Amino acid sequence: MNTDTHASHADAHHHDDGHAHSTFSGYMLGFVLSVVLTAIPFWLVMSGMLPSKQITALVIMAFAIVQIVVHMIYFLHMSPKSENGWSMMALIFTIVMVVIALSGSLWVMNHLNSNMMPVHEMTGMK
Amino acid sequence: MSPDLLKLIFGRLGIDSLPLHEPILVGTFVMVALGGVTLLAGLTYFRLWGYLWREWFTTVDHKRIGIMYMILGIVMLLRGFADALMMRAQQALAFNGSEGFLPAHHYDQVFTAHGVIMIFFVAMPLVTGLMNYVVPLQIGARDVSFPFLNNFSFWMTVGGAVLVMISLFIGEFARTGWLAYPPLSNIGYSPDVGVDYYIWALQVAGVGTTLSGINLICTIVKLRCPGMTMMKMPVFTWTSLCTNILIVASFPVLTVVLALLSLDRYVGTNFFTNDFGGSPMMYVNLIWIWGHPEVYILVLPAFGIFSEVTSTFSGKRLFGYTSMVYATVVITILSYLVWLHHFFTMGSGASVNSFFGITTMIISIPTGAKMFNWLFTMYRGRIRYELPMLWTIAFMLTFVLGGMTGVLLAVPPADFVLHNSLFLIAHFHNVIIGGVVFGAFAGINYWFPKAFGFKLDPFWGKLSFWFWVTGFYMAFMPLYVLGLMGVTRRLRVFDDPSLQIWFVIAAIGAGLVFLGILSMLMQFAVSFLKREQLKDVTGDPWDARTLEWATSSPPPDYNFAFTPVVHDNDAWWDMKKRGYQRPLVGFKPIHMPSSTGTGIILAGFATAMGFGLIWYIWWLAAASFIAMLAVGIGHTFNYHRDFDIPADDVIRTEDARTKLLAGAK
Repeated sequence: MNTDTHASHADAHHHDDGHAHSTFSGYMLGFVLSVVLTAIPFWLVMSGMLPSKQITALVIMAFAIVQIVVHMIYFLHMSPKSENGWSMMALIFTIVMVVIALSGSLWVMNHLNSNMMPVHEMTGMK
Repeated sequence: MSPDLLKLIFGRLGIDSLPLHEPILVGTFVMVALGGVTLLAGLTYFRLWGYLWREWFTTVDHKRIGIMYMILGIVMLLRGFADALMMRAQQALAFNGSEGFLPAHHYDQVFTAHGVIMIFFVAMPLVTGLMNYVVPLQIGARDVSFPFLNNFSFWMTVGGAVLVMISLFIGEFARTGWLAYPPLSNIGYSPDVGVDYYIWALQVAGVGTTLSGINLICTIVKLRCPGMTMMKMPVFTWTSLCTNILIVASFPVLTVVLALLSLDRYVGTNFFTNDFGGSPMMYVNLIWIWGHPEVYILVLPAFGIFSEVTSTFSGKRLFGYTSMVYATVVITILSYLVWLHHFFTMGSGASVNSFFGITTMIISIPTGAKMFNWLFTMYRGRIRYELPMLWTIAFMLTFVLGGMTGVLLAVPPADFVLHNSLFLIAHFHNVIIGGVVFGAFAGINYWFPKAFGFKLDPFWGKLSFWFWVTGFYMAFMPLYVLGLMGVTRRLRVFDDPSLQIWFVIAAIGAGLVFLGILSMLMQFAVSFLKREQLKDVTGDPWDARTLEWATSSPPPDYNFAFTPVVHDNDAWWDMKKRGYQRPLVGFKPIHMPSSTGTGIILAGFATAMGFGLIWYIWWLAAASFIAMLAVGIGHTFNYHRDFDIPADDVIRTEDARTKLLAGAK
């Protein structure tokens, strides 16, 4: 695919300066962090350390978010400066879209449920 | 042969899948088959297959791919419009005990196919085609970022269109309306192949749309010529950027929601069923999270076209460039915050409905700002009433009307009265025809000389314009009236004879639009015959302002012999003002991507896989999938991806242009 692209900027021979360069230690650090961040939730579930399932689920979610950030920094080499700030902009836009879609859907569907009294709740009403 | 073996080979497909009992379809099939055989025979007789394959089907040139998108859009417009005529005729006839001429089973497929085709296979290809053709030229690039991907995207879109067309003659199309709401579209109520055609046509085409979105974003971000900062980009490029961001952010939602629906239909999950914890309302919620941005995906590039046209034909710089850009960006974000206005009546409480009602009304503010910018651009301009400008003025009048009925529908209590009525139908045809279709026609008339080297004939163009505009008003104003009287959409027969006159007027309007379409086809034919008279040798027939007019018409394969350097928003206008001299010497070889047949082959397998999945022909689906993987992996070993146009060829092309320009003076 790369050969395709530089057809179009044959004149502009500049390589991205804002690119975070990958190093062996960077990848190793990312790998270790990922393993640890995966192992802890596993251990939490297997051992049943935390008192309730709900808290366990929330803690796992928190670990998952940290995991995403680790991947973005160490494997995708994202930083506020990479690609002249376009990566950061795209990330912020994505987060805004995902938050709108998720929170909006939850709000809408929750409202529908409380107003429309769906069938599965009615079956519970003896 | 045993039934089991037949089932293994043909799945659900049998002789009874052919609609032999429907005379309308048999007649259509005979006509299409005769036309198709004539076309294929003609291509073979004139030995055009090799030419088409080498120069068009396998091309990675963004200009040719853009033109092919436009052809796809216009061909599918004919199909979608035939559906529209049938509906208008049916509704005008089905009074006083008459059942009309379409049985319910067929009528329901007609209105579904009309909606799906017009949005996915007419509006989208027209918009994508214009973006594909114009954006790289406007930013001074030689092609898009990923030329092969561009070719693949186009053929995937064609694959989806082919599946919809096949459904006309093999099996049937969905009878669910264009968004296929469950539970109606679930396996219990639609056990036949219609909804499966719908799902796989959209999934195949959706891959193409998403990839072309990524491609164009990357092109605009990475391949702008030196000097073209973001705030010096032409407005059409800006709206294209926002549209493609919307595509990339919203089409995955459509893909997922259709995938969940297919899981419900194929393996018996319960995402959208009425029982076992499923919720059909979740489908409606999700599909409109895609569906609302989709309408802005269509209309934003149209806004861009109108901006270019207004400023060119008023001979003035666009009024309020910065506000135009910010309005576009604000619309992009807001388009994600309004989806619930499509289902106010579904039963959310007052807080949810009023939130989405208000966000919807807010969108009219940036849109209104744009309208004033166009008006102020025209103010004290020396306006030339050429065809693109005529379409733009018709758009401004029509779209304001459609926008106002839209704000009316955004008021939840009003929506409770008008929901699913013909008022809604009139509203969205008002904005989509008045905005997107008029925009595409303005764009076609504006950029045609760039693409082919001669202008379009103004006489037939004006005829088409007047037929379209009057036809549109006659066809849809009666629907506003009927909607206010409470007539709901998608009805096949009517009891109240007093309504008939409005449907008859609407049918006459549709007839006028039909004349408009015929005039447009005539316009293409006449312009081709008169191409010497209408020739554009300068490359700048409209005295325009942006970079695409700096090169010849049609542009050479490499677009620009030297990458231009930009100092001003209206880059070409600025170059003309400063007495720009075309460089005549110093040409170098130009590095370009090579054509490849992989795109069309992959899309062919994808279409075959869709067909296999629709008819439960599992061996075909599996074989096509494996073939797709094999071809895809095989393509990674293709090292002949680029070549250099030798300096001699560049010199020859540029010298020819120098001679032409000298002759023009």
